[in-house]
Amino acid sequence: MDLSGLYQRVGAWLDETGPVNDIVISSRVRLARNLAGFFFCGQADEAQQRQVLEFVREKLTATDVQGSLWYVPMEQVTALQRQVLTERHLISRELAETGGPRAVALTPDESLAVMVNEEDHLRIQMMANGLQLRETYERICRVDEQLEGQVEYAFSAEYGYLTACPTNTGTGMRVSVMLHLPALKMTGEIEKVLRAAKDLRLAVRGLYGEGSEPVGDFYQLSNQTALGKTEEQIIDDLTRHAVEPMVEYERRARKKLSEGKATALDDKIFRAKGILSHARMVSSEEALYLLSYIRLGIHLGRFRDVRMSTVNRLFLTAQPAHLQTLFGEDLDAGGRDRARADYIRRELAGAA
Amino acid sequence: MQCQMCDKAATVHLTEIVNGKKTERHLCEACAQKEGIAIKAPAPISELLTSLMSAQAEAQELGGLRCEQCGLSWLEFRKGGLLGCPNDYTAFEKPLRGLLERVQEGATRHLGRVPRRCSESAAGKQVRLLRLRQDLRQAVEAEDYERAARLRDEMRLLS
Repeated sequence: MDLSGLYQRVGAWLDETGPVNDIVISSRVRLARNLAGFFFCGQADEAQQRQVLEFVREKLTATDVQGSLWYVPMEQVTALQRQVLTERHLISRELAETGGPRAVALTPDESLAVMVNEEDHLRIQMMANGLQLRETYERICRVDEQLEGQVEYAFSAEYGYLTACPTNTGTGMRVSVMLHLPALKMTGEIEKVLRAAKDLRLAVRGLYGEGSEPVGDFYQLSNQTALGKTEEQIIDDLTRHAVEPMVEYERRARKKLSEGKATALDDKIFRAKGILSHARMVSSEEALYLLSYIRLGIHLGRFRDVRMSTVNRLFLTAQPAHLQTLFGEDLDAGGRDRARADYIRRELAGAA
Repeated sequence: MQCQMCDKAATVHLTEIVNGKKTERHLCEACAQKEGIAIKAPAPISELLTSLMSAQAEAQELGGLRCEQCGLSWLEFRKGGLLGCPNDYTAFEKPLRGLLERVQEGATRHLGRVPRRCSESAAGKQVRLLRLRQDLRQAVEAEDYERAARLRDEMRLLS
C-alpha cells in the first residue's frame, strides 16, 4: 500500500451511513500510552526516541493487527504527504511538523491510527462514522489489549496511565464527536448550546481539531478530564449530557425552520449549490461554509442530484494538501482557490 | 436578542432582584466583561500552571526539586508543561497533586482500565477496590441492596 491510494477516497469514518448521520458525522476515541522504562518523548534525546520507535515497530509487527497495519515513518514521507495525513485526521499537526524519529501505523480503512513518539510514546486513535462512541471504545480496547500483551505500559494504581501532560493522566482517553449544527446557528441558539457544553467542562473545537476554529457549522466536542472516572462513565457523560441533547435541539431547530422559515432556509441551501456549481474561485473556508448548507439540503430532501458521499469526499479533497496532490503542482493560494472551484464544480456536475 | 450596549448578539443574561425590584440585563460577552460581570471560562493548562503559585514563593520552596531519573526539575516542568518520565509522578508528588486536582476537576485517583499484566498486582487490586467502593455507594443511594450485597462480596474477595 502506498500513499497515492489515499487521496481520492474517504476513510471509513466519513461513510455517510453511520448512526444519527443527519447530525453526527463521526466519533473518535484516542488513548495516550507510554512505555515503562523510557523517558517521555520531550525529555528523550534523538537516540532514545529512535530506540522507542524501533521497539514499538517490532512490537506492532508481533500483534494480530499487524497483518493489516501500514507503517509510515515520518522521515520517509514528504512535507506535503504529512499534510495530507493531517487533513485526513490520521496524524496530528505536531507529528507532521516536528522532525525526528516518529511514525504512524494505519489500517487501510483509516479507522485505526497509532502515532509513535508524539507527545506520548503511543497515541492510539480509533474513528468511526456517525455516533458510535461505545462501539469505537470497544474496538480500541482490543487494540490496546494486544499492545499491552507486547509492552509494559507506564501505569500507577493512583494516577492510572502516566502521560507526559498531566491533563491526560488517568484513563489517557479523549473521546470526541463531530457534529453538524447548521440550524442551531441559523436560529441563533448555538451560542447558548456551546456555552452549556463548556459548563460541562467539554472542549469545543472546529472540524480540524486542536487549535481550529469552528467553520461551516461543524463542531468537535470532547472531554477534558481523564482522571477519577471510568472510561464508560466518560463516554456516557459526553453522550447523555451533551451529544444527545444537542442532536435533539438541532432536529427541533431544523423542524422549526422548515415550518416557519422555509423560503429563507431553501434560499441558503440552493444559493450554496448555485455558487459551488458555478464559482471560479473558492477558498477553503467558503467551501466548508457552503458544503455545510448542501449537507443540510440533502438531509432535508431538497435535492436528489447530489449524493452525501460526494459532499463527504469534498470535505477532504477540497483541503490545500489534497488539492496540491491531485493537481500535481505547487499551487499558491490563488491557484488553490481556482483548482478548488474547478474540482468542486466537476464533482457536483458528475454526481448529477 | 441584541446586546443593550452594542449591536452584537447578547449571550449573557442577568436578572437581579434588589429590594424586590427586578432588573434584567442582556449583554454580549465583551460588554459583560467591561461591566464587571465575570464569565467563567476554563483556563488552558499553561495558565493554570503559571498561576498555581507565585513564582517566587515556588522558586524558594520547590527550586531544588528534580527527578533523579530523567533530570527534569519542577521549575522546568512548570515552564514547558510536559513531564519527563513516569518517575516524575513520584518525584514531584507533592506539588503535582494540587495541580492534578485543578486540571482534573478535583479528581486525584484513577478509576478506569488497568493493564492486564497489572490487574492481579497490588496496583490493579487498588483500582478495582476503589471502583467497587464507588459502585457500592451508588447502589446504596439507589437503594439497590441486592447489588450492594453483591458488590460487598466482591470487595471481600479482593481484600
